[in-house]
This record gives sequence, structure tokens and C-alpha cells, in this order.
Amino acid sequence: MDKKFTMHIDVDPFLPASEEDKAYMVQMRPSSTFFRDGVKRLLKNRVATVSFIIIIIITLSSLVIPLFWPYSYETMLGVQRLKPVDASYNNLAPFEYGETEKARIEAGESIFPHVFGTDSHGRDYFIRVVYGTRISLAVGLFASIIVLIIGMTIGSIAGYCGGKVDLIIMRFVDIIYSLPDMLMVILLASVLKQTLGPVLAGTALEKIGSNVISLFIVFAVLYWVGMSRLIRGQILSLREQEYVLASKAAGAKGGWIIRKHLLPNCISVVIISTALQIPSAIFTESYLSFLGLGVNAPMPSLGSLASDALNGLSSYPYRLIIPAVVISLIVLSLNLFGDGLRDAFDPKLRT
Amino acid sequence: MNTKILLYILKRIGLAILTVWVVITATFFVMHAVPGGPFMSEKAISATAQEALEAKYGLDKPLMEQYVTYLKDVVTRFDFGPSLKQRGRMVIDIIGDGMKTSAKLGVIAAVIAAAFGIILGAWAALRRNKLIDKIIMVLTTAFVSMPSFIMGSLLLVLFAVVWTILPANGAESGGLILPIVTLSLYPMAYITRLTRSSMLDVLGQDYIRTAKAKGVSGSKIIFGHALKNSLIPVITYFGPMLAYIVTGSLVVEQIFAVPGIGRAFVSSITNRDYPMVMGTTIVLAVLIVVMNLVSDILYKVVDPRINLE
Repeated sequence: MDKKFTMHIDVDPFLPASEEDKAYMVQMRPSSTFFRDGVKRLLKNRVATVSFIIIIIITLSSLVIPLFWPYSYETMLGVQRLKPVDASYNNLAPFEYGETEKARIEAGESIFPHVFGTDSHGRDYFIRVVYGTRISLAVGLFASIIVLIIGMTIGSIAGYCGGKVDLIIMRFVDIIYSLPDMLMVILLASVLKQTLGPVLAGTALEKIGSNVISLFIVFAVLYWVGMSRLIRGQILSLREQEYVLASKAAGAKGGWIIRKHLLPNCISVVIISTALQIPSAIFTESYLSFLGLGVNAPMPSLGSLASDALNGLSSYPYRLIIPAVVISLIVLSLNLFGDGLRDAFDPKLRT
Repeated sequence: MNTKILLYILKRIGLAILTVWVVITATFFVMHAVPGGPFMSEKAISATAQEALEAKYGLDKPLMEQYVTYLKDVVTRFDFGPSLKQRGRMVIDIIGDGMKTSAKLGVIAAVIAAAFGIILGAWAALRRNKLIDKIIMVLTTAFVSMPSFIMGSLLLVLFAVVWTILPANGAESGGLILPIVTLSLYPMAYITRLTRSSMLDVLGQDYIRTAKAKGVSGSKIIFGHALKNSLIPVITYFGPMLAYIVTGSLVVEQIFAVPGIGRAFVSSITNRDYPMVMGTTIVLAVLIVVMNLVSDILYKVVDPRINLE
């Protein structure tokens, strides 16, 4: 249809929309939030999803299995009150039974099998691995939270205040950053191990053990610097945004601006780097346990189990391989999941 | 060399010296905060003998005086004092002895890691998304996730216990093969990934397309342009690699019974040989700090585009 040139106004565009027009304008899908978008991207990433499922399975089983497992991680099965130690319980192979248990099976009783056998002290090895996993995971999680809190506080102060405060804090961070971390960790852990013992005796913390506490202290002292650098960089760029200026103009104070505007905007960076911090904390814990500076006996951790297994290596290689596989699996899937989180929520971070 | 780079180098050296001072100071005060003192593990000794021992090792003086003396001895003469547990030997001599084996172990592992890492990384980048690239990436991901002590123990089980083709004891002939492999796998995997990603980055650059358009041969593009430029980020890893090898050797030497500095360090921790712990920490820390310094400066000098701030 060819249009004639005319000075008359075409009224059509100014008429109220019909129901049909309205239906056409309605969005076909519901609006999506930033979080939901990220989750969608994450679920599309098959490697990250599988890693997440593995982490969940390992975590849940480390929490649930001890509830119904008939053996405990510290009971030496051969040791009974008022009786000589029954050595037949030490170093059992998987699915073997001790002497008295065999007798009871002949009598018609059913005995729960020792799935991974027992260790050199006659303790059920399966439950020790499960407990070790639980402890390694817990240490990794708490250490990361400690790092997160300290790093976030100091980083946001440095980033927000700027000027001299920033300069002093960052010089301090530079020095801690260039310290050889593992050597300092070993040094601190070996000293704290001896200093903390008497201090903690009798308090509620004693049960956790001086070594685990010293591990947390080490993390709190040394590992916050990376996190605080990251947060500072984020805040430096965020505080130049207009909404911060608007908030300031409305009379908001520094703490409010940090909490209300700056931190929520760098939350994805924070979550991602915390997720990537957990495997490195587990790594460090198992390394220290291997050197004998980790958790206190008889509490097991994956590192100390691997280290204990070295003594009987030629006869019982599986005792090393089991915790080794579990550690590698945890660290690998946490790393892959962290990478997936990063790609899904903050692709800019990708290096 | 312009003044900006010079200024940067001076600043970096200043930070390195400060770091070393912090390490020495921290080590000194941390070790002296241990309750009981170094002679606690000994059999019960009389008070006079204890005093005589403390006087001999200068432990009866005020702490600050001990610190100043220690700092002076370390800086001017590399003197860390006598070992408490190995009677009649100086700490620096024990460190020197251990270093001979450990340095050999570390240097060979580093060279292997760098050589294989660069080759595999470049190979994977050139065959991007092909089968070989995928195999290399899966293997390196697995190696990066495995703590060194687990890698070492598994290799020990496989090669020395199950197949018995290599000796498990590091002191025997050929005994260093397994420790070297253990130490080199992680940095090798890391360098492979680093080289691959930076090579992919370089291959997408305009000057590579220009070279191709000019008809430069494939191998000349790869070796003359792509590889050379993609190795720049790898330089930054040399510092962390040394730090990894040093800390890794602590457990690896333990696993394979290698008579090196790492094993001496770990046993000095367990039997509370304080001067030895302090001396080894300081020597290894200086080594790592210096290596970080060198690789940082090299990075800036090699690529002038890098921002010096």
C-alpha cells in the first residue's frame, strides 16, 4: 500500500492498544534474577554439576554414616576391659573378622563387616576414613570462613578509606604476601602446637585439639592477604559509582555504605574465592597432618591417615590409597566446582 | 634501561630485604615463645647443669640482646649457631650437607618440569580441542589436584612395592628418580596449563596472522613468534615453582628417605632443635624470596609493555 504524502496526522498509533496488542507485548518468559541466571549457567556446565554432586555425596556421607555405623573411630576392637589385648583384631584385611567375632558368627550371630579392615591398633578403618573426611572438610570450611571474615574486613577498610590507611595496610599485605607461606605455616604450627596445649587444657576448645586451633590461627594470620587484596580492588572500582555518591549525598556514613552498597556488589567475587580457598585449606591441613603437625591423635584426618599408612606400606597399600583417593577427589571436585562458579557468576575473573 | 624500571627494581629489592628481615625476626621470636626451652626433652638435669648449658648457648642473656647478636651473626657470617641435637656441628654445615642432595633433586625436577611443561603446553595449544589436547588437560588437572605427599606415596607403592623396578630408598643408586618425578609432576602440569593458555592467546594475535599472510613457514611462526612470546607469563611461575619444590621436598624426602635438607628440617622440628629449625627456615625463605625477586624483575625487563605500577 503506497502512502500518500499528507499533512493530516495518522491517528492509528495514538489509539489505545487492543487486547490483542497487549498480549503481543507481554514478555514470554518471566524476568530472571542475577542469581537465577548464574545457577542456570552453572547447571549447564556438566563438569561443575558432577563435581557439586560428588561434594554433596561425600559431605553427606561423612555426616550420616557415623550415626548408624556400629564402630567408632577410636575404639580399639581388640582391647576389652580386664582382658589381655586380642591381637587378632590388629591389621585385619577388608571383610575379615577377629577371633572372638569369628566365634560369635559360628554361634549364629551376624556381625557388621569391617569394610576396609582395621588399622594397626585394631580400629575399624572405614569409619576412620569417614571421620577423617569429616574433619578435613570441616577444617577446610572453617579456615576459609576465617580467611573470608578477616580478609573482607581489612580489604574493605583499605579500599574504602584509601589514602594513608590504604597505603599502610597494603604495605603490610605486601610483606605477608611475599613471606614463604608454607615455611611460616610449619614454623607457627610447630610452635603453637606446644604453646597452646597447656593454655587450652580444661576449656571447651580442648576437645577440638590444640593442633586444629593452631591451624586456624595460622590461616587467620597468613592467608587473609589474598582475599583482602581482591576485595580492596573491587571496592576501589565500586566506590567511584554514582549510587555511592548519591548515598553519600543523602548523608550515609562509611560503614553503612560499605555494608549496604559495596560488599553486596562484590559478593560473587567473595563467594567464588572462598569456594576456591576451601580446597587449598584442605591441602594445607593434609600436608601438615602428614608432617605430624595436624590434628591430635586419636582423631584422624585424611592427611594423618595417609601418613600413618606409610609405615605398613608394603603389606597394606590400600590403607594409603583410600585416603589418597578421597583427598584428591575432594580437592579436584572443589576446584572444578569453584571454576564453574566463577565462569557462571563472574566470567570477568577468568584468567 | 630506563629509570622507571630501575626504580621498580630498587623498590622490589627493598621489599625483598624487608621480607627477609621479617622472616628472621619472626622466626627468632616465635621460636623463643615456646615454653620450656630447648632442653626440656632431655633427661632431667640438675639446675646447675641447666644454667651451664644456657650460659654456653647464650640463652641466659636478655631476649633483645640475644636477638641483636643472632641477627648480626646471621647477616654478617651466615652463622646460625651450633646445633643442639647433633653435638659439635654447626647448623650451617648441616644445611650445607643437606643442600648438596636437595639442590640436585630440586634443580633436576625444575628443569624437567619446565622442559616438559613447555613442550606439552605448546603441543596442546597447537592441537586445540583434539584428542591429545583433551588427554593432556585431563592429566594435568588430576596432577594439580594431588598433594605432593600423595603423589609420592602412590608412586612409591606402584614402582617400588608392586612392580619393584625402582628403589624406594633415596640413598641408593637410582633412588633419586622417584623423588624427582614426584616433585616435577605438579609444576610440570602447572606450566603445561600456563603455556597452553598463553600460547592460545598469542596465536590469536594480529602479528601471527600477518606472519601467515606474508607466507612465513609454520615452524618459524611457532618457534620464532608464538612460543617466544607465550613464554613470558611462564617466567612469573619460576618463583612459586621453587617455593613449591622446597616445601614439597620436605615431605618427599621424608617418604623416600632422601638425606637432604627437607628431612633434616622435619626431624629438627620433631626433636626441637631450635637453632636448626631457625637456620633452615631462614635459608629456605631467603632462597624463595630471591627467586621471586629474580622472576619478577625478569618478567618486567623481558616485556616492557607490562605496567610497572
